[in-house]
Amino acid sequence: MSGLQTDGRVEQGRLLTVENLSTTFATERGPVRAVDQVSLSLDRGQALGIVGESGSGKTVLSRSIMGLLPSTARREGSIRFGDHELLGSGAVDMSKLWGREMSMVFQNPMVSLNPVMRIGEQIAEPLRIHLGMSRRDARATAVRLLRDVRIPEPERRVDQYPHELSGGMRQRVMIAIALACGPTLLFADEPTTALDVTVQAQILDLIAEQREERNMSVVLVTHDLGVVAGHTDVIAVMYGGRLVEVAPTAVLFADMRMPYTEALLQSIPRLDHPSHTRLTAIPGRPPDLLDPPRGCAFAPRCAFARDRCREEAPTLTPADNPEHRFACWYPVGSAEYLETRERIASGLTIGGRS
Amino acid sequence: MSDTITKRLGPLFWLAVGWLAIVSLLALFAPWLPIKDPDSYFLVRGERPPYSPSGTHWFGTDQDARDMFARIIYGARVSLVIGFVAIAFGMVVGGTAGIVAGYLRGRTDKVVSFIFIVFLSFPSLVLAILITALLDRGLVTIALTLGVLAVAPVGRLARATTLAYADREFVTAARAIGAGDRRIIVRELLPNVVIPMGALALLGMAVAIVAEGGLAFLGLSVEKGPTWGKLILIGAGSRELEKSPWIAFGPIIVLFLTVLALNYAGDRIRSYYDVREIGL
Repeated sequence: MSGLQTDGRVEQGRLLTVENLSTTFATERGPVRAVDQVSLSLDRGQALGIVGESGSGKTVLSRSIMGLLPSTARREGSIRFGDHELLGSGAVDMSKLWGREMSMVFQNPMVSLNPVMRIGEQIAEPLRIHLGMSRRDARATAVRLLRDVRIPEPERRVDQYPHELSGGMRQRVMIAIALACGPTLLFADEPTTALDVTVQAQILDLIAEQREERNMSVVLVTHDLGVVAGHTDVIAVMYGGRLVEVAPTAVLFADMRMPYTEALLQSIPRLDHPSHTRLTAIPGRPPDLLDPPRGCAFAPRCAFARDRCREEAPTLTPADNPEHRFACWYPVGSAEYLETRERIASGLTIGGRS
Repeated sequence: MSDTITKRLGPLFWLAVGWLAIVSLLALFAPWLPIKDPDSYFLVRGERPPYSPSGTHWFGTDQDARDMFARIIYGARVSLVIGFVAIAFGMVVGGTAGIVAGYLRGRTDKVVSFIFIVFLSFPSLVLAILITALLDRGLVTIALTLGVLAVAPVGRLARATTLAYADREFVTAARAIGAGDRRIIVRELLPNVVIPMGALALLGMAVAIVAEGGLAFLGLSVEKGPTWGKLILIGAGSRELEKSPWIAFGPIIVLFLTVLALNYAGDRIRSYYDVREIGL
């Protein structure tokens, strides 16, 4: 395949279509299905948030789409990027897409930069690999990119080593590297988790600003619903390797149906709560993917779970709004849900007095 | 006093480097320096050699009245070349194999690791004796023999270091911008692996120099001209040692200081660059 940069680039409309994507890792204790039958799509210029706890499979999902998995992983399903199928026989050579059409900002900028290479050279690498730029041109572009990501004194910074930069600066450098060749799709895998709270918003704003400027699609992976709220068009909530709720951001926050999504939102500390309010936690831990539960994966931790939830896994079904899909037998707002909530409110649980 | 903590290699490191520089420069430029001919006999009428250290013979002479100072410097030419060539060979061959094995893993790694194990399980001195006995005892043969022996230990370190770095996020990040295997090995892994390798190279050079001494004791060192090992052998084996210790102690002290300097410098470099990892 020749350069997508010029021909066959998606200028508008559907950029990414993922269908029934499953990723299985071969481990010593048996196969682990970290991503299970995930389908989603993304238009050019759109931002998708993938939200879930640690271990929900959100990082594996983003790396599965990008193809950056260890050799023990096996992918099934279909991933279409523009007109190109990325999975199976005849799949395009990923290293030609990496950095050029799709790139990734990693979680921890402290370890994602080569400690013994000047940052200018690291930004120049994709330019030299994909665009065949000369050393001098690449350096000039690197300075420009550093300025784009708001690094002061880029002419001086370009010759520095990563240890001379703060964490926020390093993440800006990572973004500059990812943006260097002008990709159409950017993955940001918990880009702010390792950073100071005060820097987090700046980094997210920077990504949003660059998205707008470049009409780039963004996949933002995070455990924090608050982070995706202001920075995405669509949100996909993951649990136990599956999508449990997908909706346009505004729709999701107005009308979330999956008790897990609700629990995630409630677990965010809020400024308008009185001080010394107990933080709400989701009890238990994510399911063991070596031996996933038969029914809904969230059932063991769900306050609203009933017998059916433990027996039969719900599938992703559309809500009133066809763009809103969720996987739950007794969603938020259903009669059973309200009944259970009433019982909790009156101090009773299914098992009796709490 | 200042509050800023600056990493230092320390004055002892520079002393060690200075000593190595002096020895190397003397060895390099020996033929052009105003020192005595190492193979001439400076016999003095009526006096029996070895002559004790004096203004004319700084380190004294051996029992054949040859100038010890000149012989040690000419010996350094052989000993240092052996040390350098041996470890350079080990670095290039073992280092390359180790990095490639550590990066690619799988079958390549299994084969390379097995070869390393075979080399390590072979008694090195026996191998050295075998090669020097079967082939000639020229400088190149001996240097390369010791070089072959350096391949496995250097290669194992290179492989282990590469394994540690190949899993680091910045290597994945480099893949994610489309860097190929060769580019990742040369640009991402090599600069990181070279630091511990450089420290090992200095230690390895010391080992090779001492190994030459071991071969000399077996009569298997370089045939022509003096080497440190041979000088020590001749001096230590002489009946004159008791009355004139300088015939052995000159080369012993020089060899000792050189090996000490190499070890100390290697160790300092290793810990100096380790500190930076903490800053990450």
